[in-house]
Amino acid sequence: MSQLFPKLPLNEWVETIVDVMDDRLGFLFDLISAGIGGTVDLFHAVLTGLPFWLLLIVFTLLAFRAGKWSIALFTCIGLLLIENLGYWEHSMQTLALVLTAGLISVVIGIPVGIWCAKKDTVQNVITPLLDFMQTMPAFVYLIPAIFFFGLGQVPGVIASVIFAMPPTIRLTNLGIRQVPSDLIEAADAFGSTYFQKLFKVQLPIAKSTMMAGINQSIMLALSMVVIASMIGAKGLGADVYRAVTQIKIGEGFEAGLAIVIIAIILDRITQRVGKRKNV
Amino acid sequence: MPKIQVEKLTKIFGRQPQRALQALQQGKSKQEILKETGLTVGVNQASFEVQAGEIFVIMGLSGSGKSTLVRLLNRLIDPTDGHIYIDGQDIVRMNTEQLQEVRRKKLGMVFQKFALFPHRTVLENAAYGLEVQKVPKAEREKKAKESLALVGLAGWENSFPDQLSGGMQQRVGLARALANDPDVLLMDEAFSALDPLIRKDMQDELLELQSTMQKTIIFITHDLDEALKIGDRIALMKDGAVVQIGSPEEILTNPANEYVERFVEDVDRSKILSAEHVMKRAETITLDKGPRVALQLMRERGVSTLYVVDKRKMLLGVLTADAVNEAKNGNLTLEDVLRKELPTVGPQTLLNELFDLVAFSDVPVAVTEEQGRLLGVIVKGSVLGGLAGKVNAQDPGQSAEEGQVMAE
Repeated sequence: MSQLFPKLPLNEWVETIVDVMDDRLGFLFDLISAGIGGTVDLFHAVLTGLPFWLLLIVFTLLAFRAGKWSIALFTCIGLLLIENLGYWEHSMQTLALVLTAGLISVVIGIPVGIWCAKKDTVQNVITPLLDFMQTMPAFVYLIPAIFFFGLGQVPGVIASVIFAMPPTIRLTNLGIRQVPSDLIEAADAFGSTYFQKLFKVQLPIAKSTMMAGINQSIMLALSMVVIASMIGAKGLGADVYRAVTQIKIGEGFEAGLAIVIIAIILDRITQRVGKRKNV
Repeated sequence: MPKIQVEKLTKIFGRQPQRALQALQQGKSKQEILKETGLTVGVNQASFEVQAGEIFVIMGLSGSGKSTLVRLLNRLIDPTDGHIYIDGQDIVRMNTEQLQEVRRKKLGMVFQKFALFPHRTVLENAAYGLEVQKVPKAEREKKAKESLALVGLAGWENSFPDQLSGGMQQRVGLARALANDPDVLLMDEAFSALDPLIRKDMQDELLELQSTMQKTIIFITHDLDEALKIGDRIALMKDGAVVQIGSPEEILTNPANEYVERFVEDVDRSKILSAEHVMKRAETITLDKGPRVALQLMRERGVSTLYVVDKRKMLLGVLTADAVNEAKNGNLTLEDVLRKELPTVGPQTLLNELFDLVAFSDVPVAVTEEQGRLLGVIVKGSVLGGLAGKVNAQDPGQSAEEGQVMAE
């Protein structure tokens, strides 16, 4: 078979494309790199700059406002445990990474999701792309990410965004498409413009579905921290990765537990934000 | 000039709808076109005019195209062909901005399933039409409150729609449509989702509101009783085409074809038909005649009562055969035996209000104009005849002119 049909040089094509992109669009990647790096650094500076006790209070209050007292209690105890185990600094690094990836997912994902909802052709193009982004093993993204952005936080964030953004796009699209057609008719019948309809009717009604998507994106970004640590992203992921390579079960468990605690806190807070209005 | 004028309005669903236009103009049916082209005809060359201040009911069974038709009027659905003139402007040719302006200023709409915004309070819902016009908050809330008060929802401003009953939700829908004071109200099966008692209340309230507001209302319904009750005129639709347009009485008494006839078969006619539709010619006499003449007249016409009128046809009273005989034997004048107290009704009195009167009166009930001019009489048989579908075919206005109405 291989003599009859020579192997397609897919690998060479991809490398050529990446080479050309690096050559021609280098300035763009520098710009993106600076933007993402700056955002991560900003989050990091705020999260590590403030004293532990202040952040503890802030997070607990946030959890209390978003949900019930039980979530606030869990947040308080969980964060105290992380501090006690000595993973506070690394947790904040991870959080800065996850928040940046989440923020970028939302900033890009929501407009794309809206666009998909408004135009069927866009949806038909984007949907397979999202399938590709979600099913391609996340490790594969690391290679071009390193190539374009070098080692460190930035390629970690980029890989996380690619992996984490699809739910935001999908559920924004779904949420808007699920707005009952008679409400759209009502908005039109009273002479709403395109953007009035979007901001006064479609987005408010789609909000809880969209928040579910954002919640999923943040969770997926968090799940990428270990993989991202392989290309030099600091934080809890690096701790887990080191524990794995050195077969240190105890340390691996501690760092893993810290990730779980952060995951649960982020999950409960973002879930509640979406549901609060619909009591 | 009519408020709304619709000319050959056509909507064909499917790809390349132009293909079916010619077939429609050649008079092919909806079924034939579906077979030949695979296209669905929503509305087939509908033409009608609606006058300002009129309640124009469009009725038909489900699938007859009535909901499509009302959505064409504000272009929630874009027509395939035809024209819609509102105040003389063809909205089919308008661009998006012009259309938005017309929708904001001239057209209010009420929906079958209310279509209230669940994330907005009752007040915010009612103010929506003004909000998109960028009316300042204080002003739009003031107008929205007035509008809510008008439909009897004062005090509910801060509730959310899902906290209200169906009837109240539709009041919010009505208030939302009224808040920006449009000339035209489009009501798409507005009361169909409500239970019968609430629906009747809403119909009554709409009529009451209309008596002060004088909006032009296009009301879609599948319920003939509702159409007959609130419509000044009714357009009946079948397979996307308008089959007949007329007043409720015309539709009932003069159905254009078998379809309409079958439609109106089961209607409670006693609520629609009035005295003038069933009254018969009255046998009259003037007071200068003597008893013998009166008896002769009774014998000739085969009646036992004569109605006494003056030269201007004003009703003075009634003479029974017994009374006239008494006059002849006792040498009295007709005036001496004239009975001045007798049941009378106006020409607009509905049949269902006549039952008691007709059943318990020993003389036929006289139908008179306000000033007392005699138009005709109603005997027991004519009420039954009316219920069975036999009504006076002539234009009642013309008959009144002659002062007498022929029985069919």
